[in-house]
Amino acid sequence: MRAYDIVIVGGGPAGLAAAVAAKKAGAGDILILERDREMGGILNQCIHNGFGLHTFQEELTGPEYAGRFLAMARQLGIPCEIDTMVLEIGSDKVVTAMNHKKGMFRIRAGAVILAMGCRERARGALQIPGYRPAGIFSAGTAQRLVNMEGYMPGREVVILGSGDIGLIMARRMTLEGAKVKVVAERLPYCGGLQRNVVQCLEDYGIPLKLCHTVVDIRGRERLEGVTLARVDESGRPIPGTEEDYACDTLLLSVGLIPENELSRSMGVEMDRITAGPVVNESLETNIPGVFACGNVLHVHDLVDYVSEEAARAGENAARFVRGLLPECEGAVSVVAGRGVRYCVPGRIDITRMAERLPVRFRVDRIYKEALLTVRCDGKLVLHKRKKMIKPGEMEEILLPREKCLAQSGLRSIVIAVEEG
Amino acid sequence: MMYDVCIIGAGVVGCAVARELSRYEVSACVIERCEDVCCGTSKANSAIIHAGYDAPAGSLMARLNVRGNERMEELSRELDFPFRRNGSLVVCLDAGEMPALQALYERGLANNVKGLRLLSGEEALLMEPHLQEGLAGALYAPTGGIICPFLLTIALAENAVVNGVEFRFNTKVNSIGRAGDHYLTETENGAVESRCVVNAAGVYADVFHNMVSEDKIHITPRKGEYCLLDRSEGTHVRHTIFMMPGRLGKGVLVSPTVHGNLIVGPTAADIGDKEGVNTTREGLEEVAARAALTVKDLPLAQVITSFAGLRAHEDGHAFIIGEPKDAEGFVDAAGIESPGLSSAPAIGEMVADIVRGRLHLHKKTDFRAQRTGILNPARLEMAERNELICREPAYGKIICRCEGVTEGEIVDAIRRPLGARSLDGIKRRTRAGMGRCQAGFCSPRVMEILSRELSLPVEEITKAGGASAIVTGRTKGGHVLESSRMGDNL
Repeated sequence: MRAYDIVIVGGGPAGLAAAVAAKKAGAGDILILERDREMGGILNQCIHNGFGLHTFQEELTGPEYAGRFLAMARQLGIPCEIDTMVLEIGSDKVVTAMNHKKGMFRIRAGAVILAMGCRERARGALQIPGYRPAGIFSAGTAQRLVNMEGYMPGREVVILGSGDIGLIMARRMTLEGAKVKVVAERLPYCGGLQRNVVQCLEDYGIPLKLCHTVVDIRGRERLEGVTLARVDESGRPIPGTEEDYACDTLLLSVGLIPENELSRSMGVEMDRITAGPVVNESLETNIPGVFACGNVLHVHDLVDYVSEEAARAGENAARFVRGLLPECEGAVSVVAGRGVRYCVPGRIDITRMAERLPVRFRVDRIYKEALLTVRCDGKLVLHKRKKMIKPGEMEEILLPREKCLAQSGLRSIVIAVEEG
Repeated sequence: MMYDVCIIGAGVVGCAVARELSRYEVSACVIERCEDVCCGTSKANSAIIHAGYDAPAGSLMARLNVRGNERMEELSRELDFPFRRNGSLVVCLDAGEMPALQALYERGLANNVKGLRLLSGEEALLMEPHLQEGLAGALYAPTGGIICPFLLTIALAENAVVNGVEFRFNTKVNSIGRAGDHYLTETENGAVESRCVVNAAGVYADVFHNMVSEDKIHITPRKGEYCLLDRSEGTHVRHTIFMMPGRLGKGVLVSPTVHGNLIVGPTAADIGDKEGVNTTREGLEEVAARAALTVKDLPLAQVITSFAGLRAHEDGHAFIIGEPKDAEGFVDAAGIESPGLSSAPAIGEMVADIVRGRLHLHKKTDFRAQRTGILNPARLEMAERNELICREPAYGKIICRCEGVTEGEIVDAIRRPLGARSLDGIKRRTRAGMGRCQAGFCSPRVMEILSRELSLPVEEITKAGGASAIVTGRTKGGHVLESSRMGDNL
């Protein structure tokens, strides 16, 4: 059986950045397995700009951003297998994969980096009632059809959900000559980045209706229209608020789900909130030598953060295979306190943590004039005031190692919104 | 040309009749208004093979149900479709209803259902730990089973084609009338003449029946809404869990499917619209609430899709099978609601036998009973699978990642007799698009394969025929340049 130091599952932004960093950190044989027919993952269909402001201090398109990392991987001689589906990963890190050239094959990995990304939540998960005609797409599928295949999903569009892909597609469809009638969001706030609300909706006069959802879908063959209604605080439609929209297309941008089927089947411990693996400060899962990064770990807003996180996973995987990552010694849990939905990483081995460890999290609703705090066993070690924090925008704190070390016998670190 | 038999409807009943008739020297054609087989009642139901204790003792329904159930194993081997006897439990929650459960048991005995057993609440919980605690008892029917209704119908139809039956799709019947000693079926694509007509038109069977007979029948579309759960939840229960049957049917069931999902439903609402296959908020909420009466901790957050189907409910809740007194040669298979799917093989035999008698048909000597389904490479050993990929590289390309469907299977689904022509056609034959992402990732790839195989522009690829095209045209730029793609050469 062919053996590699590191096998990376997924050749999108996370997989590529992890590979590059792992190679630079001294890993030997690395192999990236990509299921699609091109490297770069979902960035290939993100032809809008705005990528790379942090990483390259430049505004790039998605394909350009992926191209930069792909070029680095090529330069470092990292091999990639495209059109290759990983079927199984054993807890012994034997990876079973398949493509049309090699058939099914097994390889042994010293370390595995999970970088499979995420998928879009579909209509069924929302239980939107009505007919099931053609013309209902997840926003990302529509984006692929328009930007990569060159086809229009439709001409008169309603978008449900205000995730970033939905907002971006509102603008994209408009530029392609379609009429985007409305974007409806069930929650009282937008799910995507504020800059996308401004640049993709407001600039084109597309209304955003908060606290609204689709309550009926009409049309037997092709979509003919949808009904929107206002929802109450518990998310239930309010009778009498229904409005009909004639449309031939409904795009859904209602959430992303990390694709962790492989992780689950190999026995990786999962987090109920993120739907991604529970990882420690080294982005290592409960299985030593198995790391996770990017949207498979938790859904990100900005690819720059994916690259940064993936690079850390890559470096740690390289340290692991080189025997430089000390064995994990008991872990301190990082707890989501008041107002915080989740934290990544979920636990920290202080002896292995960096001087300043990025901890990322999301809040559960909008807070104004918020006070974010970090407490080590109750003792305030860090605080930050913010004018506004929103669930749609990931928050980050840099946890200083010395503060954690200062607290002897530390058991838990709680991140909370204490005011706001 | 004059056919011996014209079968209206390519649902499971029409296809079962076609396949049984194809054992004989006969010219037969099946006329279907949709673009594929299994597009009506047959496609949206519980996917259950009932044991046969529900129908009144001695009724035609009871007899055909038990006979259909008995035949299913042999049929699944002959025609290569999945069928599993997972057993069913009717759960009695209220001690006061135990006499009704006892009556169901006795009816089952009278109907000749094998292996029935009355269980105490404790025994039932041991078998099925996710049943609601405190149940009074349960009726266990080990012969109850689960099936894929699409694959059953497709298998019957493919085998009928191989044995000489013609199928005409996208052909809606406008009227049926007598023309001397035969029938004239007027369709949107011209008239069809035949000595016999088989009426297997599902919720429309009353319309066609009433065109030729003064003895009128009436069929009400009875809507049933369902939720389908992710395969991760497919073992929440192992048996098919029924509640005590009520006035409108057998209530909401919870069952594994042969593909490893969990199905929950149906509701039962009589509606006027024979096309009313929309789901409703109330319906889906009712499914959740009623299922929770029998099964606890149902993981409804894992619903991947919901759908509604229409049962063809005849006023007397009876299967109407045979010739009306005033319409010799017109054979009804009407009012086929639950247990219609279970009974379909037996209905096929019975209708074919009536037609045989009427037309004095003789058995073929070259009838081919065996049919091979689409190869599922996941069932092969690694070495066998690699030989296959070496021969046919398309079997090494996964198109649907959720269900692990390869391009080889999709191409097979298109090229075989009565091959798929739409996304739904591919989905029902191969499961591509049936998984947790609900075709988000694979639909562009499947469209491309359909376009290539059928030599049709992508703009003409539909979800399910008719006006259900997926895309409405090109973007402003038209073709995306190959060189602008991030390929392997970048």
